[in-house]
Amino acid sequence: MTCEEAEVLIHALIDGELDAGHAREVEAHVEGCAHCAALMKEYQEIRQAIAESDVRYKAPLELRRKIEKALPQPQPQAAPTRRSVLRGFAMGSAVSAMAATGLVAIVLRNDDEQRIENEVVSAHLRSLQAGHLIDVVSTDQHTVKPWFNGKLDVSPPVIDLTAQGFTLIGGRLDYVNAREIGAVVYKRRQHVINLFVAQTANTERKTAKISTLQGFNIRRWSDRGLNYWAVSDLGADELTEFGDKFESAMRANKEG
Amino acid sequence: MVVNASQDDPEKARRFREAALPYLDDAYTLARYLLRDAADAEDAVQECYLRAYKHFDSYRGPAMKPWLFAILRNVCRAEYARRKTAPTVVEELPEGGDQTPMWNEAPETPEKQLLRRFDGDTVRKLVAALAEPFRETFVLREIQNLSYREIADVAAVPVGTVMSRLARARAMLRSAWLAEQEQVK
Repeated sequence: MTCEEAEVLIHALIDGELDAGHAREVEAHVEGCAHCAALMKEYQEIRQAIAESDVRYKAPLELRRKIEKALPQPQPQAAPTRRSVLRGFAMGSAVSAMAATGLVAIVLRNDDEQRIENEVVSAHLRSLQAGHLIDVVSTDQHTVKPWFNGKLDVSPPVIDLTAQGFTLIGGRLDYVNAREIGAVVYKRRQHVINLFVAQTANTERKTAKISTLQGFNIRRWSDRGLNYWAVSDLGADELTEFGDKFESAMRANKEG
Repeated sequence: MVVNASQDDPEKARRFREAALPYLDDAYTLARYLLRDAADAEDAVQECYLRAYKHFDSYRGPAMKPWLFAILRNVCRAEYARRKTAPTVVEELPEGGDQTPMWNEAPETPEKQLLRRFDGDTVRKLVAALAEPFRETFVLREIQNLSYREIADVAAVPVGTVMSRLARARAMLRSAWLAEQEQVK
Protein backbone atom coordinates (compact mmCIF):
# COMPACT_ATOMS: atom_id res chain seq x y z
CA MET A 1 0.00 0.00 0.00
CA THR A 2 1.33 3.44 -0.90
CA CYS A 3 1.18 6.46 1.40
CA GLU A 4 -1.17 8.11 -1.05
CA GLU A 5 -3.71 5.30 -0.64
CA ALA A 6 -3.15 5.09 3.07
CA GLU A 7 -3.79 8.82 3.48
CA VAL A 8 -7.34 8.26 2.31
CA LEU A 9 -7.88 4.92 3.99
CA ILE A 10 -6.66 5.93 7.45
CA HIS A 11 -9.83 8.00 7.73
CA ALA A 12 -12.02 4.98 7.12
CA LEU A 13 -9.88 3.13 9.66
CA ILE A 14 -10.36 5.89 12.25
CA ASP A 15 -14.10 5.85 11.56
CA GLY A 16 -14.35 2.07 11.84
CA GLU A 17 -15.69 1.82 8.30
CA LEU A 18 -13.18 -0.68 6.92
CA ASP A 19 -13.80 -4.40 6.72
CA ALA A 20 -11.38 -6.59 8.66
CA GLY A 21 -9.18 -7.37 5.64
CA HIS A 22 -8.64 -3.76 4.59
CA ALA A 23 -8.26 -2.63 8.18
CA ARG A 24 -5.36 -5.06 8.61
CA GLU A 25 -3.72 -3.77 5.43
CA VAL A 26 -3.92 -0.14 6.51
CA GLU A 27 -2.73 -0.98 10.00
CA ALA A 28 0.24 -2.85 8.53
CA HIS A 29 1.15 0.20 6.44
CA VAL A 30 0.80 2.58 9.35
CA GLU A 31 3.00 0.38 11.55
CA GLY A 32 5.79 0.55 9.02
CA CYS A 33 5.42 4.21 8.06
CA ALA A 34 6.29 6.94 10.54
CA HIS A 35 4.73 9.62 8.34
CA CYS A 36 1.33 7.97 8.08
CA ALA A 37 1.41 6.90 11.73
CA ALA A 38 2.02 10.47 12.90
CA LEU A 39 -0.63 11.80 10.52
CA MET A 40 -3.18 9.31 11.77
CA LYS A 41 -2.39 10.25 15.35
CA GLU A 42 -2.96 13.92 14.52
CA TYR A 43 -6.27 13.23 12.83
CA GLN A 44 -7.37 11.24 15.85
CA GLU A 45 -6.38 14.05 18.16
CA ILE A 46 -8.30 16.62 16.12
CA ARG A 47 -11.25 14.30 16.08
CA GLN A 48 -11.08 13.93 19.84
CA ALA A 49 -10.72 17.69 20.32
CA ILE A 50 -13.81 18.32 18.20
CA ALA A 51 -15.80 15.66 20.02
CA GLU A 52 -14.94 17.33 23.32
CA SER A 53 -15.63 20.91 22.30
CA ASP A 54 -18.90 22.67 22.01
CA VAL A 55 -19.43 22.73 18.26
CA ARG A 56 -23.14 22.12 18.20
CA TYR A 57 -25.89 24.70 18.06
CA LYS A 58 -29.13 24.70 19.96
CA ALA A 59 -32.29 25.41 18.03
CA PRO A 60 -33.87 28.68 19.23
CA LEU A 61 -37.08 28.25 21.22
CA GLU A 62 -38.77 30.51 18.76
CA LEU A 63 -38.03 28.05 15.94
CA ARG A 64 -39.38 25.13 17.95
CA ARG A 65 -42.51 27.14 18.66
CA LYS A 66 -43.05 28.01 15.00
CA ILE A 67 -42.71 24.40 13.91
CA GLU A 68 -45.03 23.20 16.67
CA LYS A 69 -47.57 25.77 15.65
CA ALA A 70 -47.50 24.79 11.99
CA LEU A 71 -48.30 21.16 12.76
CA PRO A 72 -51.88 20.03 13.32
CA GLN A 73 -52.60 20.14 17.02
CA PRO A 74 -53.52 17.14 19.15
CA GLN A 75 -57.23 16.54 19.80
CA PRO A 76 -58.64 19.05 22.25
CA GLN A 77 -58.73 17.65 25.75
CA ALA A 78 -61.77 17.67 27.97
CA ALA A 79 -60.03 19.98 30.38
CA PRO A 80 -58.26 22.99 28.99
CA THR A 81 -54.54 22.32 28.85
CA ARG A 82 -52.07 25.13 28.65
CA ARG A 83 -51.47 24.26 25.02
CA SER A 84 -55.10 24.37 24.04
CA VAL A 85 -55.49 27.67 25.81
CA LEU A 86 -52.51 29.07 23.96
CA ARG A 87 -53.86 27.68 20.74
CA GLY A 88 -57.12 29.37 21.42
CA PHE A 89 -55.34 32.63 21.97
CA ALA A 90 -53.56 32.12 18.71
CA MET A 91 -56.98 32.00 17.08
CA GLY A 92 -57.45 35.55 18.07
CA SER A 93 -58.86 36.35 21.46
CA ALA A 94 -59.64 35.35 24.96
CA VAL A 95 -63.21 34.71 23.90
CA SER A 96 -62.31 32.23 21.19
CA ALA A 97 -59.79 30.60 23.50
CA MET A 98 -62.48 29.81 25.97
CA ALA A 99 -64.87 28.76 23.25
CA ALA A 100 -62.19 26.41 21.91
CA THR A 101 -61.79 24.76 25.26
CA GLY A 102 -65.50 24.32 25.74
CA LEU A 103 -65.97 27.13 28.20
CA VAL A 104 -68.21 30.04 27.58
CA ALA A 105 -67.03 33.51 28.36
CA ILE A 106 -68.89 36.63 27.58
CA VAL A 107 -66.68 39.51 28.58
CA LEU A 108 -63.71 40.13 30.74
CA ARG A 109 -64.95 41.08 34.13
CA ASN A 110 -63.57 44.02 36.02
CA ASP A 111 -61.41 41.90 38.26
CA ASP A 112 -59.85 40.40 35.13
CA GLU A 113 -59.00 43.86 33.95
CA GLN A 114 -57.42 44.54 37.30
CA ARG A 115 -55.47 41.30 37.15
CA ILE A 116 -54.22 42.06 33.64
CA GLU A 117 -53.13 45.52 34.72
CA ASN A 118 -51.15 43.85 37.48
CA GLU A 119 -49.54 41.56 34.97
CA VAL A 120 -48.76 44.40 32.63
CA VAL A 121 -46.99 46.26 35.43
CA SER A 122 -45.06 43.08 36.32
CA ALA A 123 -44.04 42.73 32.68
CA HIS A 124 -42.93 46.35 32.69
CA LEU A 125 -40.83 45.73 35.82
CA ARG A 126 -39.29 42.57 34.32
CA SER A 127 -38.40 44.50 31.21
CA LEU A 128 -36.39 47.00 33.23
CA GLN A 129 -34.14 44.28 34.58
CA ALA A 130 -30.77 44.01 32.90
CA GLY A 131 -30.80 42.84 29.31
CA HIS A 132 -34.49 42.20 29.07
CA LEU A 133 -35.90 45.41 27.70
CA ILE A 134 -35.74 44.81 23.98
CA ASP A 135 -35.44 41.80 21.69
CA VAL A 136 -35.05 43.91 18.59
CA VAL A 137 -33.10 47.10 18.97
CA SER A 138 -34.01 49.74 16.48
CA THR A 139 -35.17 53.30 16.24
CA ASP A 140 -36.64 52.53 12.83
CA GLN A 141 -40.30 51.57 12.77
CA HIS A 142 -39.70 49.73 9.47
CA THR A 143 -37.33 47.39 11.30
CA VAL A 144 -39.35 46.88 14.43
CA LYS A 145 -42.68 46.19 12.75
CA PRO A 146 -41.54 43.36 10.46
CA TRP A 147 -39.66 41.82 13.38
CA PHE A 148 -43.00 41.01 15.00
CA ASN A 149 -44.28 39.29 11.89
CA GLY A 150 -44.54 35.57 12.41
CA LYS A 151 -43.92 35.93 16.13
CA LEU A 152 -47.42 37.00 16.97
CA ASP A 153 -50.76 36.54 15.31
CA VAL A 154 -51.31 40.22 15.51
CA SER A 155 -48.73 42.68 14.32
CA PRO A 156 -48.64 45.59 16.76
CA PRO A 157 -48.63 49.01 15.16
CA VAL A 158 -45.18 50.53 15.42
CA ILE A 159 -45.13 54.27 15.10
CA ASP A 160 -42.20 56.59 15.19
CA LEU A 161 -42.98 59.37 17.66
CA THR A 162 -39.48 60.85 17.81
CA ALA A 163 -40.71 64.13 16.39
CA GLN A 164 -43.30 64.24 19.18
CA GLY A 165 -40.64 63.69 21.84
CA PHE A 166 -40.98 59.92 22.36
CA THR A 167 -38.10 57.92 20.91
CA LEU A 168 -38.80 54.44 19.58
CA ILE A 169 -36.05 52.16 20.87
CA GLY A 170 -37.23 48.69 19.93
CA GLY A 171 -39.63 45.82 20.43
CA ARG A 172 -39.98 42.73 22.57
CA LEU A 173 -42.11 39.65 23.00
CA ASP A 174 -43.62 39.40 26.43
CA TYR A 175 -46.08 37.22 28.25
CA VAL A 176 -49.24 38.61 29.74
CA ASN A 177 -52.48 36.87 30.66
CA ALA A 178 -51.00 33.50 29.65
CA ARG A 179 -50.33 34.60 26.12
CA GLU A 180 -47.54 36.09 24.11
CA ILE A 181 -47.92 39.77 23.64
CA GLY A 182 -46.05 42.41 21.70
CA ALA A 183 -44.35 45.26 23.52
CA VAL A 184 -43.16 48.32 21.64
CA VAL A 185 -40.64 50.25 23.66
CA TYR A 186 -40.24 54.01 23.72
CA LYS A 187 -38.17 56.37 25.78
CA ARG A 188 -38.65 59.93 26.94
CA ARG A 189 -35.52 61.25 28.59
CA GLN A 190 -34.52 58.39 30.88
CA HIS A 191 -38.06 57.05 31.25
CA VAL A 192 -39.05 53.84 29.54
CA ILE A 193 -42.55 53.40 28.14
CA ASN A 194 -43.71 49.89 27.36
CA LEU A 195 -46.63 49.86 24.98
CA PHE A 196 -48.26 46.43 25.24
CA VAL A 197 -50.55 45.46 22.38
CA ALA A 198 -52.93 42.51 22.29
CA GLN A 199 -55.73 41.47 20.02
CA THR A 200 -59.29 41.53 21.28
CA ALA A 201 -62.51 40.18 19.85
CA ASN A 202 -64.20 43.42 20.71
CA THR A 203 -63.71 45.97 17.93
CA GLU A 204 -65.48 48.71 19.79
CA ARG A 205 -63.34 51.74 20.49
CA LYS A 206 -62.76 52.36 24.19
CA THR A 207 -61.44 55.70 25.26
CA ALA A 208 -58.39 55.95 27.40
CA LYS A 209 -58.37 55.37 31.13
CA ILE A 210 -55.44 56.28 33.31
CA SER A 211 -54.75 54.28 36.43
CA THR A 212 -51.87 53.95 38.84
CA LEU A 213 -50.46 50.73 40.18
CA GLN A 214 -47.34 50.23 42.32
CA GLY A 215 -46.19 53.70 41.41
CA PHE A 216 -46.53 53.21 37.67
CA ASN A 217 -49.02 54.92 35.45
CA ILE A 218 -51.03 52.87 33.00
CA ARG A 219 -52.95 54.33 30.12
CA ARG A 220 -55.30 51.78 28.68
CA TRP A 221 -57.41 52.08 25.55
CA SER A 222 -58.87 49.95 22.73
CA ASP A 223 -59.17 50.67 19.07
CA ARG A 224 -59.99 48.62 16.01
CA GLY A 225 -59.68 45.22 17.66
CA LEU A 226 -56.54 45.96 19.65
CA ASN A 227 -56.10 46.54 23.36
CA TYR A 228 -53.29 48.88 24.38
CA TRP A 229 -51.60 49.37 27.72
CA ALA A 230 -48.91 52.03 27.95
CA VAL A 231 -46.93 51.63 31.17
CA SER A 232 -44.30 53.98 32.50
CA ASP A 233 -42.97 55.80 35.50
CA LEU A 234 -43.63 59.00 33.58
CA GLY A 235 -46.17 61.29 35.16
CA ALA A 236 -49.81 60.82 34.22
CA ASP A 237 -49.73 64.03 32.17
CA GLU A 238 -46.82 62.93 30.02
CA LEU A 239 -48.18 59.42 29.61
CA THR A 240 -51.49 60.93 28.50
CA GLU A 241 -49.56 63.05 26.02
CA PHE A 242 -47.85 59.90 24.72
CA GLY A 243 -51.18 58.10 24.28
CA ASP A 244 -52.76 61.07 22.56
CA LYS A 245 -49.83 61.45 20.17
CA PHE A 246 -49.93 57.74 19.44
CA GLU A 247 -53.67 57.71 18.77
CA SER A 248 -53.57 60.76 16.56
CA ALA A 249 -50.64 59.29 14.59
CA MET A 250 -52.71 56.11 14.16
CA ARG A 251 -55.64 58.13 12.90
CA ALA A 252 -53.35 60.02 10.51
CA ASN A 253 -52.03 56.69 9.23
CA LYS A 254 -55.52 55.39 8.69
CA GLU A 255 -56.59 58.48 6.82
CA GLY A 256 -53.35 58.78 4.90
CA MET B 1 -46.48 28.34 7.04
CA VAL B 2 -49.69 26.51 7.55
CA VAL B 3 -50.21 22.87 6.85
CA ASN B 4 -53.29 22.48 4.71
CA ALA B 5 -56.45 20.90 5.99
CA SER B 6 -56.24 17.59 4.12
CA GLN B 7 -53.12 16.88 6.16
CA ASP B 8 -54.69 17.91 9.37
CA ASP B 9 -54.46 14.50 10.94
CA PRO B 10 -53.72 14.71 14.67
CA GLU B 11 -52.50 11.11 14.87
CA LYS B 12 -50.04 11.61 12.02
CA ALA B 13 -48.93 14.87 13.61
CA ARG B 14 -48.36 13.11 16.92
CA ARG B 15 -46.23 10.38 15.33
CA PHE B 16 -44.30 12.98 13.37
CA ARG B 17 -43.62 15.04 16.48
CA GLU B 18 -42.30 12.03 18.34
CA ALA B 19 -40.14 10.90 15.45
CA ALA B 20 -38.78 14.18 14.15
CA LEU B 21 -38.75 16.84 16.86
CA PRO B 22 -35.97 15.17 18.90
CA TYR B 23 -33.64 15.97 15.97
CA LEU B 24 -34.41 19.67 15.93
CA ASP B 25 -31.06 20.68 17.45
CA ASP B 26 -29.22 18.36 15.05
CA ALA B 27 -31.06 19.82 12.08
CA TYR B 28 -30.41 23.36 13.25
CA THR B 29 -26.71 22.59 13.77
CA LEU B 30 -26.40 21.18 10.26
CA ALA B 31 -28.21 24.17 8.77
CA ARG B 32 -25.95 26.57 10.66
CA TYR B 33 -22.86 24.94 9.17
CA LEU B 34 -24.32 24.65 5.68
CA LEU B 35 -25.66 28.19 5.47
CA ARG B 36 -23.36 29.97 7.94
CA ASP B 37 -26.17 32.32 8.91
CA ALA B 38 -28.46 32.00 11.93
CA ALA B 39 -31.61 33.48 10.38
CA ASP B 40 -31.27 31.51 7.14
CA ALA B 41 -30.67 28.37 9.16
CA GLU B 42 -33.90 28.92 11.10
CA ASP B 43 -35.88 29.39 7.91
CA ALA B 44 -34.33 26.32 6.33
CA VAL B 45 -35.08 24.09 9.32
CA GLN B 46 -38.64 25.31 9.48
CA GLU B 47 -39.10 24.59 5.78
CA CYS B 48 -37.43 21.21 6.23
CA TYR B 49 -39.87 20.18 8.96
CA LEU B 50 -42.84 21.23 6.90
CA ARG B 51 -41.65 19.30 3.88
CA ALA B 52 -40.82 16.33 6.06
CA TYR B 53 -44.32 16.39 7.51
CA LYS B 54 -45.85 16.50 4.05
CA HIS B 55 -43.83 13.48 2.99
CA PHE B 56 -44.08 11.66 6.28
CA ASP B 57 -46.60 9.19 4.81
CA SER B 58 -43.97 7.91 2.42
CA TYR B 59 -41.28 7.67 5.10
CA ARG B 60 -40.28 4.04 5.53
CA GLY B 61 -37.26 4.44 7.75
CA PRO B 62 -35.00 3.12 8.96
CA ALA B 63 -33.29 6.19 10.40
CA MET B 64 -35.12 9.48 10.84
CA LYS B 65 -32.04 11.66 11.18
CA PRO B 66 -30.51 11.02 7.72
CA TRP B 67 -33.96 11.25 6.17
CA LEU B 68 -34.50 14.68 7.69
CA PHE B 69 -30.99 15.74 6.72
CA ALA B 70 -31.54 14.80 3.08
CA ILE B 71 -34.58 17.09 3.02
CA LEU B 72 -32.75 19.84 4.87
CA ARG B 73 -29.83 19.64 2.48
CA ASN B 74 -32.14 20.19 -0.47
CA VAL B 75 -33.70 23.18 1.24
CA CYS B 76 -30.24 24.59 1.91
CA ARG B 77 -29.18 24.08 -1.69
CA ALA B 78 -32.22 26.00 -2.84
CA GLU B 79 -31.12 28.74 -0.45
CA TYR B 80 -27.62 28.78 -2.02
CA ALA B 81 -29.23 29.15 -5.41
CA ARG B 82 -31.33 32.02 -4.14
CA ARG B 83 -28.38 33.90 -2.72
CA LYS B 84 -26.86 36.35 -5.12
CA THR B 85 -23.34 35.51 -4.14
CA ALA B 86 -23.18 31.76 -4.01
CA PRO B 87 -20.49 30.30 -1.76
CA THR B 88 -17.40 29.24 -3.64
CA VAL B 89 -17.51 25.55 -4.31
CA VAL B 90 -14.15 23.89 -4.66
CA GLU B 91 -14.13 21.70 -7.73
CA GLU B 92 -13.75 18.08 -6.97
CA LEU B 93 -11.17 15.84 -8.52
CA PRO B 94 -12.39 13.54 -11.20
CA GLU B 95 -12.53 10.00 -9.86
CA GLY B 96 -8.98 8.68 -9.75
CA GLY B 97 -7.50 11.82 -11.30
CA ASP B 98 -5.04 12.66 -8.59
CA GLN B 99 -3.69 15.93 -9.86
CA THR B 100 -4.70 18.68 -7.45
CA PRO B 101 -2.33 19.58 -4.65
CA MET B 102 -4.52 19.57 -1.53
CA TRP B 103 -4.36 16.03 -0.30
CA ASN B 104 -2.50 14.28 -3.09
CA GLU B 105 0.57 16.14 -2.13
CA ALA B 106 1.54 14.38 1.04
CA PRO B 107 0.60 16.65 3.95
CA GLU B 108 3.57 18.30 5.58
CA THR B 109 5.31 16.18 8.15
CA PRO B 110 3.20 15.99 11.28
CA GLU B 111 4.26 18.17 14.16
CA LYS B 112 6.04 16.57 17.05
CA GLN B 113 4.27 18.75 19.56
CA LEU B 114 0.79 18.00 20.81
CA LEU B 115 -2.09 19.59 19.04
CA ARG B 116 -3.44 22.57 20.79
CA ARG B 117 -7.00 22.51 22.09
CA PHE B 118 -9.22 25.40 21.09
CA ASP B 119 -12.45 26.68 22.59
CA GLY B 120 -15.76 25.85 20.94
CA ASP B 121 -16.00 29.15 19.07
CA THR B 122 -12.62 28.69 17.45
CA VAL B 123 -13.41 25.12 16.44
CA ARG B 124 -16.76 26.21 15.00
CA LYS B 125 -14.97 28.91 13.05
CA LEU B 126 -12.43 26.47 11.64
CA VAL B 127 -15.12 24.01 10.58
CA ALA B 128 -17.31 26.74 9.12
CA ALA B 129 -14.37 27.95 7.03
CA LEU B 130 -14.10 24.64 5.15
CA ALA B 131 -15.20 24.84 1.54
CA GLU B 132 -18.20 22.90 0.26
CA PRO B 133 -18.80 20.04 -0.33
CA PHE B 134 -16.13 19.12 2.22
CA ARG B 135 -17.74 21.05 5.03
CA GLU B 136 -21.01 19.19 4.59
CA THR B 137 -19.30 15.79 4.57
CA PHE B 138 -17.20 16.72 7.58
CA VAL B 139 -20.13 17.98 9.65
CA LEU B 140 -22.26 14.94 8.84
CA ARG B 141 -19.41 12.68 9.97
CA GLU B 142 -17.79 14.46 12.91
CA ILE B 143 -20.64 16.44 14.40
CA GLN B 144 -23.67 14.38 13.41
CA ASN B 145 -21.99 10.96 13.65
CA LEU B 146 -23.50 9.59 10.47
CA SER B 147 -21.99 6.50 8.85
CA TYR B 148 -20.40 6.74 5.38
CA ARG B 149 -23.44 4.98 3.96
CA GLU B 150 -25.81 7.48 5.55
CA ILE B 151 -23.70 10.43 4.39
CA ALA B 152 -23.73 8.99 0.87
CA ASP B 153 -27.54 8.82 1.01
CA VAL B 154 -27.92 12.34 2.37
CA ALA B 155 -25.55 13.86 -0.18
CA ALA B 156 -26.70 11.57 -3.00
CA VAL B 157 -23.16 10.49 -3.91
CA PRO B 158 -21.33 7.13 -3.90
CA VAL B 159 -19.58 6.00 -0.70
CA GLY B 160 -16.22 6.36 -2.46
CA THR B 161 -16.89 10.05 -2.92
CA VAL B 162 -17.73 10.37 0.77
CA MET B 163 -14.37 8.81 1.62
CA SER B 164 -12.35 11.10 -0.62
CA ARG B 165 -14.28 14.20 0.49
CA LEU B 166 -13.78 13.32 4.11
CA ALA B 167 -10.06 12.71 3.63
CA ARG B 168 -9.74 16.08 1.95
CA ALA B 169 -11.91 17.81 4.53
CA ARG B 170 -9.76 16.48 7.38
CA ALA B 171 -6.57 17.46 5.58
CA MET B 172 -7.93 20.98 5.08
CA LEU B 173 -9.05 21.23 8.67
CA ARG B 174 -5.70 19.98 9.91
CA SER B 175 -3.88 22.69 7.92
CA ALA B 176 -6.25 25.34 9.23
CA TRP B 177 -5.83 24.00 12.77
CA LEU B 178 -2.04 24.15 12.55
CA ALA B 179 -2.18 27.63 11.04
CA GLU B 180 -4.45 28.83 13.85
CA GLN B 181 -2.09 27.25 16.37
CA GLU B 182 0.82 29.09 14.77
CA GLN B 183 -1.06 32.36 14.90
CA VAL B 184 -2.03 32.27 18.55
CA LYS B 185 1.37 31.09 19.71
